[in-house]
Amino acid sequence: MRQVIEGSHAVSEAVRLARVQVISAYPITPQTHIVERLSEYCANGTMNARFLRVESEHSAMAALIGAATNGVRTFTASSSQGLALMHELLHWASGARLPIVMAEVNRAMAPGWNIWTEQTDSLAQRDTGWVQLYCEHGQEVLDTTIQAFRLAEWLNLPVMVILDAFFLSHTYEPVDVPDQDSVDRFLPPYQPRFQLDLENPCAFNQLAPPNVYMEMRHNIQMAMDTALGFFEQMEEEFENIFGRRHGALEAIQCQDAEVIMITTGTVTSTSRQVLTELRQKGEKVGLLKIKLFRPFPANMIRELTASAAKIAVIDRNFSFGASGIFAQEIKAALCNLETRPLVYGYVAGLGGRDITPEVIEDIYWRTKNSTAPKGDSLWVGLHEVSHEL
Amino acid sequence: MNYDSEYMCSGHVGCPGCGAAIAMRFVLKALGDKTMMVIPACCWSIIAGPYPQSTLKIPVLHTAFETGGAAASGVRAAQDIKGDTETTVVTWAGDGGTFDIGFQALSGAVERNENFIYFCYDNEAYMNTGVQRSSSTPYGARTSTTPGQHWKRLRKKNIVEALGAHRIPYAATASIAFPEDLMGKVEKAKSMTGSRFIHIFSSCPTGWGMPSEMSIKIARMAVQTNIFPLYELEDGIRYTINYTPKGYLVNEYFRLQGRFKHLTEKDLAHIQEMVDEDWNLLRRKAGSQNDMS
Repeated sequence: MRQVIEGSHAVSEAVRLARVQVISAYPITPQTHIVERLSEYCANGTMNARFLRVESEHSAMAALIGAATNGVRTFTASSSQGLALMHELLHWASGARLPIVMAEVNRAMAPGWNIWTEQTDSLAQRDTGWVQLYCEHGQEVLDTTIQAFRLAEWLNLPVMVILDAFFLSHTYEPVDVPDQDSVDRFLPPYQPRFQLDLENPCAFNQLAPPNVYMEMRHNIQMAMDTALGFFEQMEEEFENIFGRRHGALEAIQCQDAEVIMITTGTVTSTSRQVLTELRQKGEKVGLLKIKLFRPFPANMIRELTASAAKIAVIDRNFSFGASGIFAQEIKAALCNLETRPLVYGYVAGLGGRDITPEVIEDIYWRTKNSTAPKGDSLWVGLHEVSHEL
Repeated sequence: MNYDSEYMCSGHVGCPGCGAAIAMRFVLKALGDKTMMVIPACCWSIIAGPYPQSTLKIPVLHTAFETGGAAASGVRAAQDIKGDTETTVVTWAGDGGTFDIGFQALSGAVERNENFIYFCYDNEAYMNTGVQRSSSTPYGARTSTTPGQHWKRLRKKNIVEALGAHRIPYAATASIAFPEDLMGKVEKAKSMTGSRFIHIFSSCPTGWGMPSEMSIKIARMAVQTNIFPLYELEDGIRYTINYTPKGYLVNEYFRLQGRFKHLTEKDLAHIQEMVDEDWNLLRRKAGSQNDMS
């Protein structure tokens, strides 16, 4: 049924429909609407789930590690400082091969205190072994959250569903909220491959010396290697039931494009409008939206950008001393090709600053009119500053 | 209840005379096999054996250092949602994981009155990493981070009082030298619901600088000298002292351990005063008539 709901509640509805059994969470803006709605559902019996009101994000993840090892479907939500506090246990969840699903609302890291959107919080968790999916709009948030459980349980790896603070988490949009029967057909009850079991008592996560540890890590990478193939198969099943799919990547008018802009999250929606206007002016421009960041779909990116002369990556994130993080990954994906597009990195919208159509258009013209990138990143939309560093 | 069944196999990799290994064996005898155990980082992360072996005949979840309270909450929640309220969920943690890095998660779990038993086997320092001081290390002890003249001049944290302040149904101290008292307390805790906490004095020959055959004797002396009294605290208000010693002086206990060998007569006299003060305070709380001060 089509309803007008905010992005946060798109997550909550998906978690309800996924029949999650244990939820554990700690409050942090702008994630709170997600878990407030879920705690209502647990309190009024809409969901048959245990809700653990823990004393920190670290404990939220620790509790889910306990619950998931005990064989039930689990969910949490976090953001920024909270996600950073979980960092140790993000490694633990993937190393223990637990299919925990988390909604992560992208928020800038302090100091100074900033509750607005930026991707550096989730991208700083790049190497923790979590699948990362960046969403653009409310419908994609709901669908991806439901899919995340299928993906996580098939891979035996945790999955992070990521949405922009406020631009997505607090924005109301019409969203098709599917019925329970359809979701049950797509997402059957969780069948754990292993769990704490009194009849077959095993020890989990114990001492792993050098003679076994490396194979355990290699197994995780082997699972990651299958993720993209499974994702596409799963989306096909999803489309058969619900009539829509979003793709691990989405290429818009890239075939004949000379300049391809690469975006993630809600910046993509603004860029779609800019693309339409530039195309109307006769510009050969394309747009590539990256949704799946881990595992990184390098092959698909190579294929989809093959015909372009230039790529403009818009990063709402930054790695100090280096560059925007998506730009780094895209350069690495292209570096061994014989002929490859020039990659222009742009840093924009940090700490929730608006990335307006004008900013995106400026990025396009700068890229088109340049003969070669002048550095690894160009910061766009900066104010004039009068003080010295 | 008979305690004939063994839930801990031989072949564990604890040090000779390890009090924590003795404590585990006794506790499992009283808990039985309908038990799921969470072990945050501690000596027992090693003692239980490397992959793919385990010395314990119950399901065990090894987890990160500071997560004993939270991970067990999750195991319990999953068990509840599956409809099994019979299985006992326990955490088995050392003093570092309980008094220090795991204290927040423990406080959170017991404030929620999670239905589990938290065991702290206390060897009074970070033994697994090479005998560094913890907030459980007693006044007077040398450790690898309180060496030489920087021996610890601070009191041991009173963890049972801290847990009692959460008004949990049951908190108790126990000792490997008093196995019947220990196993009786485990059975009592098992019969209750809500958050229960058992603090077990577990000697460490390696860290305390004493021969391995001294483990039980030293643990017994800790009780007999009132350094580690055996008592229960129900609902945070009702105290029961389980053992009233004849009042041995602390000197002998300290002289037998390398970690205390630097202490002077004056230091020992000061320690005796602190031990007497704590014991009298406990007796007053328990409503005893004979205040020995």
